[in-house]
Amino acid sequence: MQRRAAFDNLWLAGALIAPQLLLVLVFFYWPTVQALYWAFSTQPPFGGANQWVGWQNFEQIFSDSVYWNSVRVSIIFAILSTSLSIATALLMALMVDRQLAGHRVYRFIYFWPYAIAAPAVGLAFRFIFAPDAGFVSAVNQFAPNLWNPALKGWDAMILIVIANSWKMAAYNFIFFLAALQAIPRTLIEAAAMDGSGVLRRARDVQIPLLQPTLFFLLVINITESFVDSFGIVDITTGGGPARATDLMVFKIYSDGFKGLDYSMAAAQSIVLMLLVVALTFIQFRYVERRVHYA
Amino acid sequence: MADIEIRGITKTYGPTRVLHGVDLSIANGEFLVILGPSGCGKSTLLRMIAGLETIDGGEIAIGGTIVNRLEPRERGCAMVFQNYALYPHMTVAENIGYALKVAGRPKAERLARIGEIAKIVGLEDYLDRKPSQLSGGQRQRVAMGRAMIREPKVFLFDEPLSNLDAKLRVQMRLEIRRLHQRLGATSIFVTHDQIEAMTLADRIVVMHGGRVEQVGAPRTLYATPATRFVASFLGSPAMNLMPAEILRPGLARIAGGVDIAFDPALFAAVPGQQVELGIRPEDVELVRPGTEGAHALAVQFVEEMGASRLVHGRLGEAEFAVVQPNGRGTEGGETLAIALPPSAIHLFDIGNGRRLGLEPQRLDAVRAA
Ligand SMILES: Nc1ncnc2c1ncn2[C@@H]1O[C@H](COP(=O)(O)OP(=O)(O)O)[C@@H](O)[C@H]1O
Ligand SMILES: [Mg+2]
Repeated sequence: MQRRAAFDNLWLAGALIAPQLLLVLVFFYWPTVQALYWAFSTQPPFGGANQWVGWQNFEQIFSDSVYWNSVRVSIIFAILSTSLSIATALLMALMVDRQLAGHRVYRFIYFWPYAIAAPAVGLAFRFIFAPDAGFVSAVNQFAPNLWNPALKGWDAMILIVIANSWKMAAYNFIFFLAALQAIPRTLIEAAAMDGSGVLRRARDVQIPLLQPTLFFLLVINITESFVDSFGIVDITTGGGPARATDLMVFKIYSDGFKGLDYSMAAAQSIVLMLLVVALTFIQFRYVERRVHYA
Repeated sequence: MADIEIRGITKTYGPTRVLHGVDLSIANGEFLVILGPSGCGKSTLLRMIAGLETIDGGEIAIGGTIVNRLEPRERGCAMVFQNYALYPHMTVAENIGYALKVAGRPKAERLARIGEIAKIVGLEDYLDRKPSQLSGGQRQRVAMGRAMIREPKVFLFDEPLSNLDAKLRVQMRLEIRRLHQRLGATSIFVTHDQIEAMTLADRIVVMHGGRVEQVGAPRTLYATPATRFVASFLGSPAMNLMPAEILRPGLARIAGGVDIAFDPALFAAVPGQQVELGIRPEDVELVRPGTEGAHALAVQFVEEMGASRLVHGRLGEAEFAVVQPNGRGTEGGETLAIALPPSAIHLFDIGNGRRLGLEPQRLDAVRAA
């Protein structure tokens, strides 16, 4: 059986894919080639054409402890925010799936955060977590300086983790809910007849059957936390204090556009890209094998 | 072991009421079959007993305890679902043993019990397989095993055989019956298949449109259906039913001017009354042409059924079917001489569809006498 639409008219086919192809070329391949070129070359200090320098840019970033700090911070951020956003989303989806009173409203509202741009999320959380004026300032009234993301590295990290998870949880929620609703209701009922309560059913039946979704979201969330966290960091912490939230993607931006060192920024972009590709590969290769596809 | 009392159960989904006050008593150890067409509320009723559906009105008591507010696990029922509802990520052994695991029984005991149950349902060699690696019949057995392992007071079956092929269905039917004899637990079995109902049940409950039409032993329902619906739903091939007018006690006329005699002692019918007259195809007698009181059946076509054949034709202006035992062949266009024994005639009110005159219980007494 022919499952794909077939076009005899090659011109029509070409015309139909051209806009998409153009977009991919202009916004993906061209910048990638450009970045590659910059990563292997350097601008002379007093102007002129770029000079080819081979691996020199890479050697330089790998010998820089500031760079390794940003790798470390990025990994911590990825682990924390992926765990938090997946756990929160799973909990919300399990509760909405039970169809308790108001589940329709919740389903609707829970998705909103994802529709908000990262800088806006950052701004909101900057206000909420401002140590002197925000929502959390009440804490500081009892214990001065217990919470101060402007001074304490971990506070700043917690701030961006929460902000990012808040946004990603909305996205994860939709996938979890869809997957939960795809689980036949009779399975849950069978478990109920077998004497299993709400929590036990979630653990023994629902979550195991969510594994494909869980895996998919793991890949997406980790990738997102590496490449898409710029907006939040930029608005809330600016990479500080003392580079405690200097994520790789943010460092690329500050080196490139603030430090105006395109070559170093480009080399870091290439490393980040390879890192994400490698992570995704590892996840598909080793984690997916253990996933039970029902 | 437990008896079940169902009193005035109602259920409403949004604006539609799907159960209109159902009353039933099920004796301890009884095998009760709920029979009805699709959408009549059988599953809903069963699920309310199981605790999977809230009870809008009325009361359900199991073993003397009112269970309206109890969780499924507190009711002591086990259920076999139509699509089996096996846990796809667990092996056969884990599926069967899940209830014990939830109950926190030690592993050694669990394994022993799983072994016993697997032997009963004939799955000893499949314990390590996943449900997706089993055939339909084997999945069915896993579902049965899973229900049995807790030694429930009550077994609930929701059309458990309807996904099996015809041969397997007959085989599983026997096994269910055998299991019931062995375990003796009160069982409620929902089906839309009247043959399944007839063969399995101690008593059948016929449901229609959210109401109970009739409750009784399979034989009783077959012999004295209380409503036209029960008459048409039970028995295969289906009963011949046609409008008729009572001429005088003991005689009715159907369209086309054919007069049919019935037993006036069984039906309190008044002359001029419009009724629905029924007779089962297997109760019709084939007689020699010219026999006194015989009717002419204009044969239209014949359905071969192996041991017998079903002859379709017209009696007067009514569609009419007759079972013809093997032997002589009949073809379309022929005319058969048939006799309708007066004692085999059923009469129903044309308005509400109820059997005319005597109540089925009294009728039984009349028949027995
Ligand atoms: N969850 C539900 N929401 C709305 N209507 C329902 C629901 N479940 C069943 N019904 C309706 O109730 C009626 C009886 O359903 P059911 O008990 O499943 O019938 P049966 O098992 O006899 O085929 C049907 O008309 C069905 O559409
Ligand atoms: Mg049903």
